[in-house]
Amino acid sequence: MVISTTSTDSGEHLNSTFASRYVRSPVPRFSENGFKMPENSMPKEAAYQVITDELMLDGNPRLNLASFVTTWMEPECDNLIMASLNKNYVDMDEYPVTTELQNRCVNMIAHLFHAPVGDKETAVGVGTVGSSEAIMLAGLAFKRKWQQRRKAQGKPCDKPNIVTGANVQVCWEKFARYFEVELKEVKLTEGYYVMNPEKAVELVDENTICIAAILGSTLTGEFEDVKRLNDLLTKKNAETGWDTPIHVDAASGGFIAPFINPELEWDFRLPLVKSINVSGHKYGLVYAGVGWVVWRTNDDLPDELVFHINYLGSDQPTFTLNFSKGSSQIIAQYYQFIRLGFEGYKNVIENCLENARVLKEGLEKTGRFVIVSKDVGVPLVAFSLKDSSKHTVFEISESLRRFGWIIPAYTMPPNAQHVAVLRAVIREDFSRTLAERLISNIEEVLKEMDSLPSRISTREAHVTATIHEIQGGKPDGKPLKKSVRETQEEVTRIWKRFVDGRRTGAC
Amino acid sequence: MLSLKVNIPNSNKSMMHCNKKAAAKRKQSSLVPQIAEALKSSLVPLSMSSLEPQLCSMKPTKKKHNAIDIEKTEADITLRRSIMVLSKTASESDVSVHSTFASRYVRNSLPRSAFESVLAVVIDDPRFKMPENSIPKEAAYQIINDELMLDGNPRLNLASFVTTWMEPECDKLMMEAINKNYVDMDEYPVTTELQAKEFIFANIRMFVMLKQNRCVNMIAHLFNAPLEESEVAVGVGTVGSSEAIMLAGLAFKRKWQNKRKAEGKPYDKPNIVTGANVQVCWEKFARYFEVELKEVKLREGYYVMDPVKAVEMVDENTICVAAILGSTLNGEFEDVKLLNDLLVEKNKQTGWDTPIHVDAASGGFIAPFLYPELEWDFRLPLVKSINVSGHKYGLVYAGIGWVIWRSKEDLPEELIFHINYLGADQPTFTLNFSKGSSQVIAQYYQLIRLGFEGYRNVMENCHENAMVLKQGLEKTGRFNIVSKDHGVPLVAFSLKDNKIHDEFEVAEMLRRFGWIVPAYTMPADAQHVTVLRVVIREDFSRTLAERLVLDITKVLHELDLLPSKLLVAAHKNGKNGTVVKKTETETQREVTTYWKKFVLDMKTNRNKIC
Repeated sequence: MVISTTSTDSGEHLNSTFASRYVRSPVPRFSENGFKMPENSMPKEAAYQVITDELMLDGNPRLNLASFVTTWMEPECDNLIMASLNKNYVDMDEYPVTTELQNRCVNMIAHLFHAPVGDKETAVGVGTVGSSEAIMLAGLAFKRKWQQRRKAQGKPCDKPNIVTGANVQVCWEKFARYFEVELKEVKLTEGYYVMNPEKAVELVDENTICIAAILGSTLTGEFEDVKRLNDLLTKKNAETGWDTPIHVDAASGGFIAPFINPELEWDFRLPLVKSINVSGHKYGLVYAGVGWVVWRTNDDLPDELVFHINYLGSDQPTFTLNFSKGSSQIIAQYYQFIRLGFEGYKNVIENCLENARVLKEGLEKTGRFVIVSKDVGVPLVAFSLKDSSKHTVFEISESLRRFGWIIPAYTMPPNAQHVAVLRAVIREDFSRTLAERLISNIEEVLKEMDSLPSRISTREAHVTATIHEIQGGKPDGKPLKKSVRETQEEVTRIWKRFVDGRRTGAC
Repeated sequence: MLSLKVNIPNSNKSMMHCNKKAAAKRKQSSLVPQIAEALKSSLVPLSMSSLEPQLCSMKPTKKKHNAIDIEKTEADITLRRSIMVLSKTASESDVSVHSTFASRYVRNSLPRSAFESVLAVVIDDPRFKMPENSIPKEAAYQIINDELMLDGNPRLNLASFVTTWMEPECDKLMMEAINKNYVDMDEYPVTTELQAKEFIFANIRMFVMLKQNRCVNMIAHLFNAPLEESEVAVGVGTVGSSEAIMLAGLAFKRKWQNKRKAEGKPYDKPNIVTGANVQVCWEKFARYFEVELKEVKLREGYYVMDPVKAVEMVDENTICVAAILGSTLNGEFEDVKLLNDLLVEKNKQTGWDTPIHVDAASGGFIAPFLYPELEWDFRLPLVKSINVSGHKYGLVYAGIGWVIWRSKEDLPEELIFHINYLGADQPTFTLNFSKGSSQVIAQYYQLIRLGFEGYRNVMENCHENAMVLKQGLEKTGRFNIVSKDHGVPLVAFSLKDNKIHDEFEVAEMLRRFGWIVPAYTMPADAQHVTVLRVVIREDFSRTLAERLVLDITKVLHELDLLPSKLLVAAHKNGKNGTVVKKTETETQREVTTYWKKFVLDMKTNRNKIC
């Protein structure tokens, strides 16, 4: 502090950035100054440098194959985003065009999903920060509708529940906990990693506010059979007189299915589908920070949840959890829609699928992997080791990190949790060259691992040795084999405990 | 280039052809032949709005308006079809040769703008479909850019608290970080058991997470949270104060529910006490999370929550009292200290445990720098949580807010989702998952770049500019200043005499100079007061302040020359002098009722703010 007051201001901008005291003295971090804000200012160049330097340590988003979220856009669009960074989305009066662009996007998406919108109607929907907000809004609408219905019937409305597959994103769990709705999960089975429509419909009771189906499961990219769910539920509704609706969480699949499988019926063509959410920042091809939720009709969105504001003399209904936010993502979404059009999106998605196929074939050629993902679905490749007795997928994931690749390994949800897979998400910017490069890197990793002793067996050797000592006998094949499994189990248990009680998810 | 030559006549032909067809259709449907005529003569799509007056004058019934709409649609579809044909025949190379403004994408209505009125009142439109074909990126950029020119200039928008300017270095940082996902949760497919190996890819958000933690800690210290040395503050970065308020409210609700459950008392009728001057997000919270909103009414000359009345309204079902530091109406700070003292007493008498939340969305980054001695924050024992908008006087672009809790106990554990992060436990409590990380980085930039000193300088500067503006307005002798000197740097003022011209007219006229200055009426019980409000942000310099005073003076002059709108309206009604006089007041009343309704319906004053 003393130094900063004595040193003259004129000297400051003569210093090279890296020679200035701002870079030499510590910036508030965890332990220093008890995280207090610094007392004095520093030049902007120094602040910029300090932050950029630290950011260098972050992984490269482009090589992050863990995430669906868009990491590349055209420079023209970057320009548009930059220019609108300082626009607040909520100031509809001041920025009418921006609001208009949002309305256009909602309408385009509604049409894409075959919403029964008449020629003279506007689609009902809203732009959100992401699918999380979209899901909460959709869930809230279902809850309120259900409450209204129950109240009208004079029945209790304090125990709502929602039926989903166990493969849902964590945001559904969040919705359930924050809005006091019970979450009923349909368990998965090995080899079948999506919600089973039969079981889901069985779980439905009079307190069910909706069934949430997923178009593009985060685990394998598979599309759930929404049509079958719709048919079964229609039957059940007819039998019981209930009116249970369906929500489709198309966060990742919403911009895939309409372009690649236009004949697949999953959207508003099915009468029970009342709302759909989709992430603009996944295959909508926009940077993180935009999602959409679209309702079938005006009636599916209870009016009491909508706040009406006046926008240039016309009524602009709003239904969001966030108020002020940047408008650049909305503008970027509109850019992508008109720039790419149906044709462009189709090309991009086809390209992604093609690259996924290349990657898949390359992996199959190694002869070491089982492909868990389906060809129809979100362009991702989920694969597990045929033989993971020596090395696990977790080791592969770790080794790939050294090449710069970020590919997560994870186990499946309960009832299928003994299956561990690696998952590579194919995004627009993951080109053929990168796919081929990835295969050769995986091959290298496999070779390298083969030459290494198994981590498991290293520990194993020690364990067996102890056993032998105790037994005092000569080792034969059998006990060793047995203890390998035992140790594997032991290791698994350690991992499990390590991880227990912590739940994350995708969104 | 050859193909280009061939293409143009082709396109003309097909266009003509289509127009003829369309014309024929129109004749069949017995509609005005003039349109067909007009369409024929135009090769490029023409604005239907220019035809509309013609049509309207001919068939001014409502039915025909619908017909016109259909007409527009038809014409558009046919035009689009002709364009689609074109796009297939034109070769790819042509596209890149064209100047952007000469390309067919800009000339034609393909991206559906030519027919649309710019103000887009017509949103009921079948043309809101995704276009069939792609267009070059330059054209797409230009189209959107051009339309956005019609948006107001954010810098001249004095309605909003939200930051509109940052240093170019920070812009650069934000742009570099824009493709980084703030919460990279979709890296983790849901498993009830989180995978141990996640730290491999958790790296990618490591820095941003650290940033968030650092920002939370700095802000908590700024608000005097009772933290031990090396203790980590409890708080979270949000998209804005709206989310922050919902999270804080949810925490209060859950705490109250848990307490009531433990006492074996009913917990189905929670309520929350606030002033009538709160932002709309409180109302939203109440409605979405099923909490009753009890508003303390305002009165003329006193536009903030009265602590005495607020404490009177508290009952056993009150989850919290929300005080506002920096009322959106006039920037005034509510007396949180008095509220705290009164509530402590009441809690003692009744045995309840009603806490306080401070909504410091706009004042949270003002008070610590300008009025460090003012006690409004965690120094008061009942203040359990505070929210503040990073994108207001935190000096970051829209999209960031913060909520800080006093201690861990004030945030019910059941609301927190735990994720494992780099082997350490990272609790999360948000309504949004994936979002851009650039705002968090920008907030960190501002905090370390400016430091306490820099923030204080900025706030002092804002305050000074507010005073300059205030004095300038007072000098005109036409305005009453409603805002206080002590508070958020904004100037709220009303006309001394708004019989002839009112504040809404002033706002409207200022718009012509480029200024966006909102006029609004006060909430219920003070709604006969109309004010204009100018928010002074960091980027509103002295020059601009002086310029604004000048422009307001000009507007006043101009208005003096104009006859009163109301008078003109009255004159039309009136037939002789006496009647005119009578109708004048009548019409005034009528107009006032209209405005009132207009304003109450849309709650302008609420949605402007946040």
